[in-house]
Amino acid sequence: MNKRVDVHHVTRVEGHGNIVVEIADGQLKECRFDVVESPRFFEAMLRGRPYEEASHITSRICGICATGHATTSLRASEKALKVQPSLQTQLLRKLSFHGEILDSHILHVYMLVAPDFLGVGSVIPLASSNPEVVLRALRMKKLSGDMCATVSGRHTHPIAMMVGGFTHFPKESELVELRQRLVDISDDIDATVDLFASLKWPSFERDTEYISLTKPDEYAFIDGDLKSSDGVVMPTDQYQEILKEFMVKHSTAKYSRHLRDGYMVGALARFNNNYEQLNPRAKDAAKKIGMIPKVTNPYLNSGTQVVEIVHCIEESVLVIDQLLEMGLQKEEPLPVALSDSQGIGACEVPRGLLIHHYWIGKDGKMTGANCVIPTNQNYANLEADMRELVPQIMDKPVEAMQKDLEMLVRAYDPCISCSVHVLMVDD
Amino acid sequence: MSQNGAKPKIAFFDFTSCEGCQLTVIDSLQDHPELLDVVEIVQFREAMSEKGEDYQVAFVEGSCTRASDEERLIKIREQASLVVALGSCAHLGGVNALKSLHPLEDVRRYVYGENADWYETYDARPIDKVIDVDFAIPGCPIDRDEFIAVVKTLLLGKKPQIPDYPVCVECKLRENNCLFTKGKVCLGPVTRAGCKAICPSYGQPCEGCRGMIPNPNNESMHELLAEHGLSSKDINMIYTMFNAYQVREKLIQE
Repeated sequence: MNKRVDVHHVTRVEGHGNIVVEIADGQLKECRFDVVESPRFFEAMLRGRPYEEASHITSRICGICATGHATTSLRASEKALKVQPSLQTQLLRKLSFHGEILDSHILHVYMLVAPDFLGVGSVIPLASSNPEVVLRALRMKKLSGDMCATVSGRHTHPIAMMVGGFTHFPKESELVELRQRLVDISDDIDATVDLFASLKWPSFERDTEYISLTKPDEYAFIDGDLKSSDGVVMPTDQYQEILKEFMVKHSTAKYSRHLRDGYMVGALARFNNNYEQLNPRAKDAAKKIGMIPKVTNPYLNSGTQVVEIVHCIEESVLVIDQLLEMGLQKEEPLPVALSDSQGIGACEVPRGLLIHHYWIGKDGKMTGANCVIPTNQNYANLEADMRELVPQIMDKPVEAMQKDLEMLVRAYDPCISCSVHVLMVDD
Repeated sequence: MSQNGAKPKIAFFDFTSCEGCQLTVIDSLQDHPELLDVVEIVQFREAMSEKGEDYQVAFVEGSCTRASDEERLIKIREQASLVVALGSCAHLGGVNALKSLHPLEDVRRYVYGENADWYETYDARPIDKVIDVDFAIPGCPIDRDEFIAVVKTLLLGKKPQIPDYPVCVECKLRENNCLFTKGKVCLGPVTRAGCKAICPSYGQPCEGCRGMIPNPNNESMHELLAEHGLSSKDINMIYTMFNAYQVREKLIQE
């Protein structure tokens, strides 16, 4: 049997990638995900710029994970410049960070993934056939975006965050209003869980290594230690021992591996590693969708994103309660200690583990940087999944094979523009 | 704009970009879902699998950074009766153009080492260096209200008007305290308004993402920045963040 699946520029993903699968004489000959996104060289561009610009420049790596990049960037600079952010700063950052997790996951599950399950090419025909679904998604997205806007001005390319603090603070009345909206969105959250619990998820299992951040006292998003489901926990400073990067010719992005031929990061990895720390409502949602750790079906990455949507809504109410109880202060940004220094920032952005590692000179200018992007870390695992999946589906017609493969790529929620911006060490 | 009362067909394309402007377009639907009633989106790779090639208006996000991008741009220009640049990258070159401050070979080796030849690239440039552009919506990202206003005007067959005056005008109208009085420096006086001075309103100086006003008084701007303690190097630094392509030949020499 000879078959070929060729998808040029997969739709409903962020960035540009191609699926190439070839079967000759019943054997898998070619099985690749080609990253063809144009390289942008952020790494080279950061050199010589003042450290204050780093979070503004790196947020432009990606429109969906702009706040994630900016936050991780700030943590890297703060580690280098020996700045320990105040509790208020940490809480405000958590609020906008949760806002972005929500915005990204809602976009992904409703607009990029759901169309495949509902038999349409995009969310646009749903606007006529199922308007309540589309309006719900837009409502939820609006709330998430407004969370970010309240804290930092906007979600795509945040404004008010800086090393050591903020340049602007929300009014208490704005936080009170936000809190009420988070409570009021409860019905939409339940409807979301019900919708995704009702879908017929593709059944495909492949056990792999799952890597994420972990913290003792909460479901980790900002800061933490590295945790592997294969039984390793280590400080993030040692990330180079765990995340080994390599290049492949068919991709402008770098790949990554640890103990197996690939590993997975993202909501599914976080779910498997840190399930105990999800709040009760989130665990309930997981049960409804039929998931308990260890989940080894990559298609269910989107299912665990729905669980995180539930989790983040609840947690954001608690963050606001804490801020209101403390009372918002117009804190001056903390002073920095300039020297020849380096610092590593790590966060779990919507798609997984993100690391920014900066070197800053005593004149305050960047001398080098290294970034490990979540999507890069998933490519080797994605291709391993494809190699395992194709033999299981190769008796189907090519169109059906193509759909299964596209859905697999979409399940990973790749952020391809991000992945071509791995920053390099300046030796 | 529409033919025989049919809804005009529009399409979205992205080149070298973060896709933040297209995301802002999707977000603008939150307050203006009726946009979907007045246009027919025939191509939007990030959000749709359906793909039509009969678009009349093309919105293009992203800079042109390699020779193969030029072919795609020319094809889009051949099909569309209106091409609109969406955001700083397409309009100005944007952040991507920071690359041109370093020699290209150096940049390629720095990132990809000895495998640099695997990947095609040249100096990042705005799309109007390759094709004629009918209109540009500036900003990094675009302002969603400005986007809706521009689309409405285009649908009426008129040419959109965006401000030619500086960000300072909008900042004053918002009754902000000028950041210069707080010891910061800001590119507001030479940058095009239309963003409602969002960055200064959140305490951050304007970084010039919308590009310069026609006839900016850069001489006075340089003097002002120098008075606030900036060296020539510092001045070049803040001008190049978003306007590297525009100012690359006018950088202050030591």
